Amino acid sequence: MTTMTDPEKGGFHVSQLLSDTRYRAYTFQAIALIALIVAFAYLGANLVSNLRAAGLDISFKFLGSEAGYGVEQALIPYTSQSSNWQAAKVGILNTLLVAVLGCAMATVFGVIAGVLRLSNNWIVSRIMAAYVEAFRNVPVLIWILIIYAAVTNAFPVARDYLGEDPERNMMFGVMAFTNRGVYVPMPVWNAGAAVVLAVFVLSLIAIALYRRHVTKTLFSSGRILPTFWPTLALLIVPTVLAYFIMGRPIGFDAPDTLSNRFNIQGGVQISASFIALWFALSIYTGAFIAENVRAGIQAVSSGQTEAAAALGLRPRRIMKLVVLPQALRVIIPPLISQYLNLTKNSSLAIAVGYSDITATLGGITLNKTGRAIECVLLIMLFYLAISLAISVVMNIYNNSVKLKER
Amino acid sequence: MKKSVILGALALAGVSAGAAAAGTLDDVKARGKLNCGVVTGLVGFGAPDANGEWQGFDVSMCRAVAAAVLGDPNAVQFVPTTGKTRFTALSSGEIDLLARNTTWTFSRDVDLKFEFIGVNYYDGQGFMVPKALNVSSAKDLDGATICVQTGTTTELNLADYFRKNNISYEPVPIETNAEGQQQYLAGACDAYTTDMSGLASTRATFEAPGEHVLLPEIISKEPLAPLVRHGDNEWADVVRWTLNALIAAEEAGITSANIGELSAQAGDAPEINRILGTEGDLGEMLGLDNEWAKRAIMAGGNYGEIFEKNIGEASPIGLARGLNAQWTDGGLLYAPPFR
Repeated sequence: MTTMTDPEKGGFHVSQLLSDTRYRAYTFQAIALIALIVAFAYLGANLVSNLRAAGLDISFKFLGSEAGYGVEQALIPYTSQSSNWQAAKVGILNTLLVAVLGCAMATVFGVIAGVLRLSNNWIVSRIMAAYVEAFRNVPVLIWILIIYAAVTNAFPVARDYLGEDPERNMMFGVMAFTNRGVYVPMPVWNAGAAVVLAVFVLSLIAIALYRRHVTKTLFSSGRILPTFWPTLALLIVPTVLAYFIMGRPIGFDAPDTLSNRFNIQGGVQISASFIALWFALSIYTGAFIAENVRAGIQAVSSGQTEAAAALGLRPRRIMKLVVLPQALRVIIPPLISQYLNLTKNSSLAIAVGYSDITATLGGITLNKTGRAIECVLLIMLFYLAISLAISVVMNIYNNSVKLKER
Repeated sequence: MKKSVILGALALAGVSAGAAAAGTLDDVKARGKLNCGVVTGLVGFGAPDANGEWQGFDVSMCRAVAAAVLGDPNAVQFVPTTGKTRFTALSSGEIDLLARNTTWTFSRDVDLKFEFIGVNYYDGQGFMVPKALNVSSAKDLDGATICVQTGTTTELNLADYFRKNNISYEPVPIETNAEGQQQYLAGACDAYTTDMSGLASTRATFEAPGEHVLLPEIISKEPLAPLVRHGDNEWADVVRWTLNALIAAEEAGITSANIGELSAQAGDAPEINRILGTEGDLGEMLGLDNEWAKRAIMAGGNYGEIFEKNIGEASPIGLARGLNAQWTDGGLLYAPPFR
C-alpha cells in the first residue's frame, strides 16, 4: 500500500508548491535561501550604516603607503620605507614558511610516534604514549611560550661568540647557537651553479625512474633488486662530479663574528621565534597525527599481517607493502584537518614576535593605520585561500591512494 | 527518488557596532562605575600592588575622574589593555577613558577619531643598554638587536631614527613590557627601547638597576595623554577639566593637606574658590556638582603630589620633574584659567 498517488500530468497550480510533494521541498529551500540572503543583507547594511555614522569608510589605499616599521625576518627585500602591502607579503611568506616546514616536521614526528606506539617493546610504546598525551592535552600557545623561553634562557648569548678571543667557538667554525637564533652558512651561487642544480634535479628524477623499474621487475619476474645503495650513489655521485667539473661554483658565506660588536653578521639567521614556533607547532600537531597513524594501522585487520607473515615477508616489508598502503586510506582524511589546524595555529606567532601575516598586516599595520575591518578582511581571505588550497592538494592525494573500486 | 537538502538554521550573531556617540557621562553615572583602560602592568604608571589594588600615575587619573563624577575614587573598573587592544577597547565603548601612557599623534586624533584631552606627561623615547656593553650613545648601536613593543609609535620612531643616522638594527617585536624585560635580561636583545619613563620604571624593578644605563639620546616627542572617544564633548570636557584641576591645584597651592581648610569657606583667592566650588558654579556647567574638583584633588592629591608619590625622585622610579614641572618652574604644565 502506498500513500503516494501518481500526480496528474500537466496543469500546474501555484497551490501545488505546498501541497505536492514533488515541489514542496524546493519551496521551503527557496524560502530558507531568501531568509538567509535577507539576514546577511541586513547585517551588511547595518555594518555600512554604522561605519558611516562613525565617519569611517572602507578603503584599501593604506596598502600603498609607507609601512614605517622594521621586521625581524623577511624573505623578500624589505625596509621600513616599503609599503604596507610589501609588509603584508613578507608576513604571508613567513606564514607559508612556518606552515610548510611545520606540516613536514609534524608528519615525521607523527608517523614515527604513531608506529612506535604500537611497538611490542613496552618502554618504547609507553614513552610514545606519554609524548602523545603530554603534547595533545596542553594548549599549543603554552608550548610555544615554553619552547621560546627555553631557547632564550638556555642558549648562550650572541656576544659569547663575538670578537677575536670569543668565550665560545662556533660549531665546525660555521654554526652558532644563540638565544637570538641559530646562525648557519648561507650558500652563495656563482656562475655554473645552475648546472650543478640541474644535475641534482636530474639525479632525483633518475632515482624515481630506477625505483619504478625495481617495482616493475618485482611484479613481473619476482626478483628483488637492491634499492638503498643505487639510490645513495645516484643522489651523491653525479652532483659531486658536476660540482668539481664546474669548478666549485657554490660557495658558503659563513657567519661573521668579527665585523660587529653586537651581533653575528652574514650567514642565515634562523630566529629564535621561528624555531620556537616551528618546533612547538610540529611537536603539538605531531601528537595528533600520531594518533591518526595509530588508528589507521589498527584499522587494517590483523589477518592481513598474519597472512603476509605466512607468505614469509619480514616485519618491515609487511609494514611497507601490506599495512601502510591500506592504513593510508584511513590516515589521510584526518591528516588534512591536522595540516589545516597547524596552518591556522601559526597565527599564534604574535606571542613570540614572529613576523607572520597576523603580526604584520593584522598587527602593526592595523594598529598604525587603524584600518581594522580592511586588515581583518584581507587576513580572513588569506587564511581561507590557504586552507582551501591545502584541502584541494590533499584531496587529490587522497583520491590517488584510496581504494580503487572497479 | 527525492533528495531533500535541509538548510540548517543559521545562528547569526548580530553585530551591532556600539554607536555610543553621546551620553558617556550619563552612562557612567547610571552604571555607578567608571570603566578605565590602563596598561597591563608598568610599575609607577599602572600596576596592581601587593594587595591587588591598582596604583600608579595613570591610575590616579582614573581615580580622580571617578571621584569627580561618582564621588568615589574607588568606583573604577580597571581594564588592562595592551598596545594593540587599547584603541579598539575605547572605540567599541568597552572603556570610557583610556589613561595608558598613549602618545598624542595627528593620525590617532584625526583618523582614529579620538579626543586627546591634554598632556599629563611629556615623555620621549630612549634606549636602555647593559653597562657592560660600554655604549655611550644610541649612534653606537649599529647592528644591535633591539627589543621594541609592537603596535606602538615606538616602533616607527625606532625605524626612523636608525634610517636617519644610516645605521642598521634588528628588531625583536614584543607584546608586553614584561616580555620585553625578560628578553632584555636574557640578552636576547642588546637594547630595550620605549619611553624614558617606561625605561626608568622597568629598570627600577630589576635586581641590579645599577648595571643598566639609559642613553642620553631622546629620539622622539611623546606627549602622553589620556583620551576619550571623538564626538562626546560633554564627557571630554569632564575629563579634560579634571586633569586641568589637578594641574591648576598644584599651581594654586591646593594640596591634600590643606584642601579641607581651603574648601570650608570661600577664601581670599578667587581662583582657588572657583576650583573648589566655594564660589561660582563651574561644576554645574560641566553637568556635575560644585565640589567635583575638590573630590578629584582629594582622591590622590594635586598633580605634583601624584607625580611624587608614583614616579617622582623619592619613589623607586626616580624620575625628575623636568618638562613636567609647572610653567612657573620652567616646565610645560600650563592649565587654562578656571573662570
